[in-house]
Amino acid sequence: MPSLQLRLTKPFFSLGQYVLLLTKAFTSLGEFGLYRRNLFIQMVRVGIDSLPIVVMAAAFSGAVTTVQTAYQMTSPLIPRSTIGAIVVPSMIMELGAVITGFILAGRVGARIAAELGTMRVTEQIDALEAMGLNSVGYLIVPRVLAGVLMFPVLYVTATFVGIGAGLLVAEFSGLVPIGEFVQGARNYFQPFDPFFGLIKSLVFGFVITSISCYMGYFTEGGAEGVGRSTTQAAVMSCVYLLIADLGLAILLL
Amino acid sequence: MIQIEHIDKSFAEKTVLRDVSLEIPEGQTLAIIGRSGSGKSVLMKHIIGLLKPDRGRVLVDGIDINEISYRELRQVRRQFGVLFQGGALFDSMNTFENVAFPLRTFTNDTDAEIRKEVEHCLDVVNLSGVGPKKPSELSGGMKKRVALARAISLRPRYIIYDEPTSGLDPETSNTINDLIKNLADQLNVTSIVISHDMHSVLKIADRAAFLHAMRIHWVGTIAEMHRSDDAKLRAFVKANEYAIGESALPSTARASS
Repeated sequence: MPSLQLRLTKPFFSLGQYVLLLTKAFTSLGEFGLYRRNLFIQMVRVGIDSLPIVVMAAAFSGAVTTVQTAYQMTSPLIPRSTIGAIVVPSMIMELGAVITGFILAGRVGARIAAELGTMRVTEQIDALEAMGLNSVGYLIVPRVLAGVLMFPVLYVTATFVGIGAGLLVAEFSGLVPIGEFVQGARNYFQPFDPFFGLIKSLVFGFVITSISCYMGYFTEGGAEGVGRSTTQAAVMSCVYLLIADLGLAILLL
Repeated sequence: MIQIEHIDKSFAEKTVLRDVSLEIPEGQTLAIIGRSGSGKSVLMKHIIGLLKPDRGRVLVDGIDINEISYRELRQVRRQFGVLFQGGALFDSMNTFENVAFPLRTFTNDTDAEIRKEVEHCLDVVNLSGVGPKKPSELSGGMKKRVALARAISLRPRYIIYDEPTSGLDPETSNTINDLIKNLADQLNVTSIVISHDMHSVLKIADRAAFLHAMRIHWVGTIAEMHRSDDAKLRAFVKANEYAIGESALPSTARASS
């Protein structure tokens, strides 16, 4: 059993390790040749490969939000165009980014932690370092960059798909005609909303990939350790994603 | 030349190395022997700067590797080839790509030159023709030989072998031992072998350092080891003889003991 002192200092030690890892990654950005090839591979894995599940989740959440909003708008005093005024900003400002974030935390975060964790416990990372290669630049930088670059693309896709699905459900289930839905969305549209969503998506992309890289890179203890890192990467990514979500809302709105 | 001077290393509350000093002269093969968990691999990781000592220095050609920048340390590391215990092959690449990886990363060689060099390295370890195979398709012995081919691809000055024969059958172990011996002779490299396999050590090493109770307990040539009456060293060698079912020391040595 680790001593009380060790257990108390562990969070500070982890935070220091995380900051040092990111500092090293940041200073490795200039070595583009080192991670160029890996960057494109990771962009495909983070972005293109995640597209089907992101599209599906966004479509369902857009549709469900529309149906539930319509269900709550029972008063004849509230115009039906309000449904569009609620669904569209919800997708742009919150759902598009958060749903994509949760999917990436589970899908990409777990994968990154498992990959790097396995490389750690099988000494592949030591082998890279022993060759004289900057393992952080080679492994961490392309994964974090891919997250930061591809998350906004997925966010925009998810938002459009979610709104589109909401629109279709509203029309075909007879909840509200497309014209009214769009009118409501236009009436309450704020030009800052998409920027807010984009800023969120950049931050979420960074949070998920950097935390997962940290968990994987410092894995200890064989197969059990890889399992632990993978779970922690998914869970901690979701937790910090929610904290970042609240922080950005307080800071920017 | 590699010099290890008075290094201490602890992990959390567990001390692994205490006041360890060792010199590895140019062109020699030194075996670091000791029980499992005695800190041999930890000591090996200090030599290439994968771990930093809590106290003491590690000098490679007179340069204290813990006092230089990360960029300079990477330059120093490029003089080393390391064979890790499990091979540490990159499982996302096939055998050819594994051996070609250091060449592609650190040289400006053309594809044709890299192909020729990889084929040469695989030939040296008697594995011609396995290039397209993934590491998961290779046996334990083959993995170690591919890792060895990768370790020598940049013609290093120093080669470190971490438990090169562990987990291998006697015949494959002999093949690996012969390879290590031939490489040391042909390439005139300085070799450091981390092992608890005395059979292997006696075959390939010029000198041995016995790591016991966190310290270098005994250092000497293989001939001196045969003559040594150090009780702990003899007990370790004896236990090895029992484990492998044959005598680790030659008959002359056993007769003199």
